[in-house]
Amino acid sequence: MTVLRLSSITKRFGPLVANDAISLDLARGEVVALLGENGAGKTTLMNILFGHYVADEGTVEAFGKELPPGDPRAALDAGIGMVHQHFTLADNMTVLENIALGTEPLFAPRFRREAARQKIRKLSADFGLEVHPDSLVSALTVGERQRVEILKALYRDARILILDEPTAVLTPLETDALFATLRKLVAEGLSIIFISHKLNEVMAISDRVIVLRAGKVAGERRTADTDRKALAALMVGQDLVSPPVAPAVTGPALLVMEHVSTPRRGTGIALSDVTLSLHSGEITGVAGVSGNGQAALAGLLSGLETPQSGSMTVQGHGPDGWSPVAALEAGIARIPEDRHAVGAIADMSVMENVISERYRTPRFSKHGFMDWKAARNFAEEIIRDYDVKCPGPDARIRLLSGGNMQKLILGRALDPEPVIILANQPTRGLDVGAIAYVHGRLLEARARGAAVLLISEDLDEILTLADRIVVISGGRLSAPSARGERTVRELGELMAGHAEAAHAP
Amino acid sequence: MRLEPKPAPTLAVTLLYPVAAVAATVVIASLLVLIAGANPFSVFGLVLKGAAGSQFALMETLTRATPLVFTGLAVAVAFRAKLWNIGAEAQLYAGAILTVVLGTGALPLPAIILLPLMAIFAALAGAMLLLGPAVLKVRFGVDEVVTTLLLNFVMILFVSMLLEGVLKDPTGLGWPQSQKLIAEARLPRIVTGRRLHCGFVLALLSAIAVWIVMKKTTLGYEMRAVGHNPEAARFSGMPVNRILLKTALISGGLAALGGFSEVAGLKGNLTLDLSPGFGYSGIVVAMLAMLNPLGVIVAAIFVAGIFVGADAMSRTAGVPSYIANVMVATALLTMVTAIMLTRYQVRWR
Amino acid sequence: MSEAFDILFQTTFWVAAIRIASPLIFATMGELICERAGVLNLGIEGIMVAGAFAGWFTVYSGGDLWAGVLVAAATGAAFGLLHSTLTVPLGLSQHVVGIGVTLLATSLTYFTYRLALPEVTSPPKIEAFQPLPIPFLSDIPLVGPALFAQTPLTYLAFITVAIVAWVLYRTPLGLAVRAAGENPSAVEAQGISVTAIRMGAVMVGSALMAVGGAFLTMSAFNSFFFEMVNGRGWICIALVVFGSWRPGKALLGAILFAAFDAYQVRLQQVTGGVVPYQLFLMLPYLLSILALVLVARRATYPKALMVPYQKGER
Repeated sequence: MTVLRLSSITKRFGPLVANDAISLDLARGEVVALLGENGAGKTTLMNILFGHYVADEGTVEAFGKELPPGDPRAALDAGIGMVHQHFTLADNMTVLENIALGTEPLFAPRFRREAARQKIRKLSADFGLEVHPDSLVSALTVGERQRVEILKALYRDARILILDEPTAVLTPLETDALFATLRKLVAEGLSIIFISHKLNEVMAISDRVIVLRAGKVAGERRTADTDRKALAALMVGQDLVSPPVAPAVTGPALLVMEHVSTPRRGTGIALSDVTLSLHSGEITGVAGVSGNGQAALAGLLSGLETPQSGSMTVQGHGPDGWSPVAALEAGIARIPEDRHAVGAIADMSVMENVISERYRTPRFSKHGFMDWKAARNFAEEIIRDYDVKCPGPDARIRLLSGGNMQKLILGRALDPEPVIILANQPTRGLDVGAIAYVHGRLLEARARGAAVLLISEDLDEILTLADRIVVISGGRLSAPSARGERTVRELGELMAGHAEAAHAP
Repeated sequence: MRLEPKPAPTLAVTLLYPVAAVAATVVIASLLVLIAGANPFSVFGLVLKGAAGSQFALMETLTRATPLVFTGLAVAVAFRAKLWNIGAEAQLYAGAILTVVLGTGALPLPAIILLPLMAIFAALAGAMLLLGPAVLKVRFGVDEVVTTLLLNFVMILFVSMLLEGVLKDPTGLGWPQSQKLIAEARLPRIVTGRRLHCGFVLALLSAIAVWIVMKKTTLGYEMRAVGHNPEAARFSGMPVNRILLKTALISGGLAALGGFSEVAGLKGNLTLDLSPGFGYSGIVVAMLAMLNPLGVIVAAIFVAGIFVGADAMSRTAGVPSYIANVMVATALLTMVTAIMLTRYQVRWR
Repeated sequence: MSEAFDILFQTTFWVAAIRIASPLIFATMGELICERAGVLNLGIEGIMVAGAFAGWFTVYSGGDLWAGVLVAAATGAAFGLLHSTLTVPLGLSQHVVGIGVTLLATSLTYFTYRLALPEVTSPPKIEAFQPLPIPFLSDIPLVGPALFAQTPLTYLAFITVAIVAWVLYRTPLGLAVRAAGENPSAVEAQGISVTAIRMGAVMVGSALMAVGGAFLTMSAFNSFFFEMVNGRGWICIALVVFGSWRPGKALLGAILFAAFDAYQVRLQQVTGGVVPYQLFLMLPYLLSILALVLVARRATYPKALMVPYQKGER
């Protein structure tokens, strides 16, 4: 029995066709994986299904009835529940309040807390979604928050559950628990759309796979009849070739941290007793689940954060007066995690953005006066050398695609030939071409002797690029391991916070 | 409804938006005139005549525009860095106080030395006054909107206290007013027999100076960067807090120069009604100018024209002169809407 | 200095404190609702002016007192509609629009006043709300007259606090309002329109601000004059921060503030002109700034305050 049918959905954003005549149907008790690279159109499609966007063409039918476009309420009422990649929870409210939000008539004189509590308890117990209904959401771990998101859907008696990249924020163990819950739900007759770009997870959980590429359906396979390699080929549109990574030529240590701890900031995880050295000609990969101290580590290298205790030396110098300017002067290039909020000033031009780290140098200003001509030449140089597609130096950054924005940031950071490079999530949200480009540039820098610190939540990226791998968990770093020394499983254990000492003889 | 960013429009189109905003304002004001039982065409005819109908009218308008250029610049500079200075009114009075303190005979100096000295100290007073809220903002995270607003009320009480106390004019027959400035402390008139004074020239020069700072200097670049995205600015190594404090000094100083110019150029002494809301009108001027320092000159003359014209009109047509305040407020709202429409496309689906 | 201390035990002092607090309570609740939904409403000062005039003018034109309150509320809601249309779906700067609404509401009020009453020299008076002592309760010493011998509008102020607190914490609507100010996408994901919630909150909040203004002309005084609001709106914005966006704490803040205000007036008389009276008048404003400084460090703002929201954006 078909519970959901999308018929030739098309959605354009200006000149970009995000979804091009996509059709999809879902049967009762079935798990369909929607597989595709970032930018393939998965999230757009789900936003249309859920009524956040209105499709330019095509229809959505749930349980035989067509849903009115642009109405999330209708989707909810039809029994569709969505677990967004970025959680949609209000931190100032309890689990119960978040779940019950919008389920009762808005103008009811009071909200029936006890009834809601009972129902949540029962759902938690039935599906292994343990979370306390009266906890404040701000106090929950990422895994718990995701459970709340699933409970939100179940509380509304959802029959169709859409999960958008649900494992991106989970440890391997949490992922296993999530899959167990999903299997229980399917056994109850729910249908699931599982959006992912991770092949092994898609193989593990789905009955059927629909592959999207550049906004189109690139292929559809029964999971039982296909394998990772075939799916990867469909996803990328060609046979997947790993970039050849030459063996590292390790040089001297350029940055050394010994027993470094950073001060706590709000709810963030600080570094505690971190020892790490970055060597010339080597890429050091930091693997870990998001929110385990990566921000503090990146902040420290960026100059935004100073060590509270322990020592840090950059090319032999101490971090006296450590600041973003000091970091830049010490030859550290920084590629920030959030290129929109931190990496670029969206409403300023390309020209004004590329000089933001060096506008005080004599090349771009003299006696407090800007040399805009030099800035313009530099911007044109970066646009040319880093293959940035944009109208010109005067274009506002806001109008650039994610990939082009990242190339610009890369250009800004790498042009002065830095000796140390901090790359924090450098490829998140980019398409395949842009990812390959970024990886290529990082390897190039390594080849000319730079020390690279690559922080990534994508373990595959770390395994591909990193010469040495450390795992970050709870603000602590594991001992480093050389390329291929630890198995994925061992790394997963470390990411989950299981100390290695337990296994050691 | 969705808003989607669109490429920067051409200069011609950009200029079209303020015109559209003003047109919308006139239409709305016309409705009020109709309610008041008058004919909009004749009323706006009178406003225009009162603002620019004669050499005298034009001079009056420029005289009235002078303090608005200063407060408009103060707001434009601050808003560029997203420092919400709503306290130009108080800073203007701070400048006026220093002008009176130094200009009523305390310093027996020739005009050529005395006037610049007064201007500098007036500007410093305004700068210091805004530095307070700016420090509270960067140190404690206190919203500067509320603090600068509240300081306006504190300042007018402070002025009242001075005028009934140490600055009181002994010959003032009990009126709260200060002594007159000495002759050396008065800014000369531009045309004899007209009220327009050299403060207007100082305003024009200030606008050009601010334009150069914003466009050509590293500080201007930093201020714009901090205004657009303080987090990215900090990441780039810009000393965000220091930049905000510098912005506050410049902004407060400019507003205070308006007080200096009003006292030394026009009034000759300090009274409690020195500013009929120049600080607040400065916000409108800055927004109408889209925060462009040179645009501030045009916008200030426009706003001044509305006030001067409406005054003249209300004497003959019987429509309350508050129509000018209504128009200025409406222009502010239509203008921010228009600015948004230059940057974003409204899509209904 | 014992005279200064004795003031605290005067019945008239506490009666005055509660009377001074009443308009602040209305307007603070109004601002609190707006900010809880994620919108800073700097139109407050002008909306209070407009409410003060609208309520007074209704009664002056022959309307009933309560009709005056309703007209004031409707006037406030209308300005709230203007504010929220510009700030919510259009996402314009809440600072600039708020100032604009204040300037517009104030100037429109003055314009209308001059239009309706062109000739008057001294402001005309109306028959304002009279104290309505509650039997027995008003006989309690000190507290009785202060809390239970006020005008009906003061009672309404206290009832408003209870209603706002109930709605915010006990009803489905309150959940939606609080979520809209914290993470609007949580509201959208549950099928409720963020735009509707925010616009509704701003309109209701603005209506309360206007009633706060009307209290001045219809209960505290009995006529309308220019500049009578005199920064009370801005003080209410400080009170919301001081009250950590909670109705109960904000109420307490308003009463504390009003008590202080009533106290400084009396202290002026006690000190008998040695200290310039302007210094006393400055104190409430300086106190508001001080209060902001004290709480700013540990204030937990609604996270989406002043952040415009677009559908489908996360």
